[in-house]
Amino acid sequence: MADDVPHAVPGLDNEVLRELYARFGADAFVAQPTKDGMPTLWVGAERIIEVLRFLKGGIAKPYKTLYDLTAVDERLRKNRQGLPPADFTVVYQLLSVERDMTRAGTPDLRLKVALHGEFPHLPTATTVYANANWYEREVWDLFGIVFDGHPNLRRILLPPRWVGHPLRKEHPARATEFDPFVLDQMRQDLDQEALLFKPEEWGMKKGTENEDYMFLNFGPNHPAAHGAFRIVLQMDGEEIVDCVPDIGYHHRGAEKMGERQSWHSYIPYTDRIDYLGGVMNNLPYVMTVEKLAGIQVPPRAQTVRIMMSEFFRITSHLLFYGTFLQDVGAMSPVFYAFVDRQKAYDVIEAVTGFRMHPAWFRIGGLAHDLPQGWERLVREFVDYLPKRLDDYQKAAVENSLVIARTRDVAAYTTAEALEWGTTGGGLRATGLGYDLRKARPYCGYENFDFEVPTGSRGDAYDRLVLRVEEMRQSVRIIKQCLENMPSGPYKADHPLTTPPPKDRTLKDIETLITHFLQVSWGPVIPAGEACTMVEATKGINSYYLTSDGSTMSYRTRIRTPSYAHLQQIPSAIRGEMIADLVVYVASIDFVMADVDR
Amino acid sequence: MDAIANWFASHPQFTAALIACIKAVVILLGTVIVAAWMIWLERRLLGLWQDRYGPNRIGPFGLGQVIADMIKIFFKEDWIPPFVDKFTFILAPAIAMGLMLLMFALIPVTPTWGVADFNVGVLLFLALAGLEVYAVMLGGWSSNSKYALLGGLRVTAQTVSYEVFMGISLMGIVMLAGSFDLRQVVEYQAQNGWNIIPQFFGFCAFVIAAIAVVHRTPFDLPEAESELAAGFHTEYSGMKFGMFFVGEYVGIVLVSAITVVLFFGGWSGPGVASHAWLAFPWFALKCLFFMSGFILLRASLPRPRYDQMMAVGWKVCLPLSLINLLGTAAVVLAGQGS
Repeated sequence: MADDVPHAVPGLDNEVLRELYARFGADAFVAQPTKDGMPTLWVGAERIIEVLRFLKGGIAKPYKTLYDLTAVDERLRKNRQGLPPADFTVVYQLLSVERDMTRAGTPDLRLKVALHGEFPHLPTATTVYANANWYEREVWDLFGIVFDGHPNLRRILLPPRWVGHPLRKEHPARATEFDPFVLDQMRQDLDQEALLFKPEEWGMKKGTENEDYMFLNFGPNHPAAHGAFRIVLQMDGEEIVDCVPDIGYHHRGAEKMGERQSWHSYIPYTDRIDYLGGVMNNLPYVMTVEKLAGIQVPPRAQTVRIMMSEFFRITSHLLFYGTFLQDVGAMSPVFYAFVDRQKAYDVIEAVTGFRMHPAWFRIGGLAHDLPQGWERLVREFVDYLPKRLDDYQKAAVENSLVIARTRDVAAYTTAEALEWGTTGGGLRATGLGYDLRKARPYCGYENFDFEVPTGSRGDAYDRLVLRVEEMRQSVRIIKQCLENMPSGPYKADHPLTTPPPKDRTLKDIETLITHFLQVSWGPVIPAGEACTMVEATKGINSYYLTSDGSTMSYRTRIRTPSYAHLQQIPSAIRGEMIADLVVYVASIDFVMADVDR
Repeated sequence: MDAIANWFASHPQFTAALIACIKAVVILLGTVIVAAWMIWLERRLLGLWQDRYGPNRIGPFGLGQVIADMIKIFFKEDWIPPFVDKFTFILAPAIAMGLMLLMFALIPVTPTWGVADFNVGVLLFLALAGLEVYAVMLGGWSSNSKYALLGGLRVTAQTVSYEVFMGISLMGIVMLAGSFDLRQVVEYQAQNGWNIIPQFFGFCAFVIAAIAVVHRTPFDLPEAESELAAGFHTEYSGMKFGMFFVGEYVGIVLVSAITVVLFFGGWSGPGVASHAWLAFPWFALKCLFFMSGFILLRASLPRPRYDQMMAVGWKVCLPLSLINLLGTAAVVLAGQGS
């Protein structure tokens, strides 16, 4: 079967696939066509680690980053023609920053492993990619797939005493399907007991011969934890010997909800993943659905999407800027940043009708066209912001105390950043100008003229300076949108767009029926798989959707940047002080909703 | 009526003591009220500088906010966590507020007003400022909580390193005035000009040390909100928290007053010689200037890291105040020699 696949699947003129076939033999793989054009190969479970190691170290332009690792419960999937039989599939998505877009499509690589049985086993990838650790814990937590050899395979998103693995198809998706929840004294005691931190379980010592370490709970409720986030610190005085980030307090099952919501009604949920990103979150989701449905979005819609996304990049970065300096101990900047955010939200509200969570993008375009007079509002904002940024530059960014507090704090190299799957500002601060808007242009970003600011030392100060510069670049992009806004429709003329086209509804009965079904059930998106990555406010965010030819998604995978960034914390902060941790945590720029989903 | 007046006239010592007591009570109440009003001033000024309003609802310009806050804090449950060392836990805020108020006894407000004149006023001030650390340290330790403990540790290190040169930075003034008595320091300045000019480096070191001792921003490391939640007073609530809180503002008023007394001529100013009533307005105006300065510092500066703050103390301020001391001594000796 594998023999004839290379000719049937587009993208197999790909050099990586040729190298893989040469090394492991074409029989080792089954290629799968996908809607996003990403080369997708099925590999045997016994061979996956070998293949990953080869891709990471054995080829030119290696895949240094494990971008995502997730799983799919395949047991109820109907449209699996041509795919190897499987009860569960584990999916590895690899990213190489050295590879550019090819004519055939994206240079990234997706590997899949078919697994059989109720609770299948698979060797761990932590021996190849350090950041596989949390991803494998998540897959075990949510699917019950066991990774043999994993150093610490325990629940990560759900409470330790949770029963079941929620993303399995047999697990209930609604509270009404459970018995009523009762919290009695015994259960409360047991739950609290389970949350106690036991250093030995993490391979930590309680002290050396001469001294005891202090274990400090930093969070889940701490002013500088930026949400319900807990880091257990092992400290020697004020110096951090080691630490363990503990996440999951903000988990709300966003991926499971995707399996219960229509394609259209899931859009507002995406707004709340990175709750500072607003419509920037809608973008990868609707673009993925559009790939599955084969919808071409008109240029006006694309340009408006870019413009509003950049507005949200600015509001998110302003919040980062204010809270970062607040965590450094400066009191005032956060108020100035919020004043500026307010100005941006005034524009956003006028355009979308909503402030933080507009859910304004639609499958195929936008909810409505730009309002009359939008040019004046946008122009006022782009004229206003750069002056304020210049003031901040003098008052805060060049302040010697700020520099003293943030220079060389939690610095890491490009290689470390890639190893941990760090993207966005955290990666660019190390000196690598990797921005998806340039590296994998989407939504028409290739038509814009802007620069990708980079740092040089990869420390907290670089991350601050870089994001201030990114705001300037966003203003530049918004200006170009303002000056070159295409005319034309704001939504594609396609039957699968939402809400569906209505103008011919009352003309004949067929379109009336179709419209009625599309509105009541939502569109039926053709079976297939696709993934879209975007450079979101905090790093690379992507939605990997599997459609089984239904009104709802079969599997919604949300890969968020913040999740990867938090996993990196211990490696970057060991040996520094608690005040440095606060600065580092602030410089990551994350929100817990984005981490826990 | 006459009988009472006669009785007072025939017991002059008692009368003098009574008047002194009344003056002391007036100064005490005045200090507490000014400190409470200072909270309002700080919030309004911060609001002004941060593009927002601050408290503006209760009374004219929101002046009644302080009263409302006080009523609230008096009626709050006086909660003592079960895990604390109860006696020390209660003692700490009392020390914090008590010592600050006690130090005010040393301030010569006007030529005729002041609680007590000690001939070792400067030394007593330094001693009481040194004791102040116990409030925070004991509060942090007795809370039996890790954040509070870290705050307590920080304040101990901070106060120890900053007290060293706080004392040294004042010795130049003592040499010039030839006395430890604060009233004589003021009188010396009234005749010879303010100490800020000859003692500029001493002034710099002293102000830094004074901010560190009352742990105001940027030296608020013991209660660094973004790092240690609330630091040493994490476990405190109600009136006991209120005493720490008001104690901090009394501290600002005190540090402003002592700076004015030592470096800016206290009550002296144009017109005081001919119109004695101008002494207090001058004193109050100068204090207000420094109080607002402290608020401006809080609005504009970030917080240094613990080790950086210690480094500045030992490596910059201590040598600076030592050089200042040597220089002053040389000048004074040269003056005597001629």
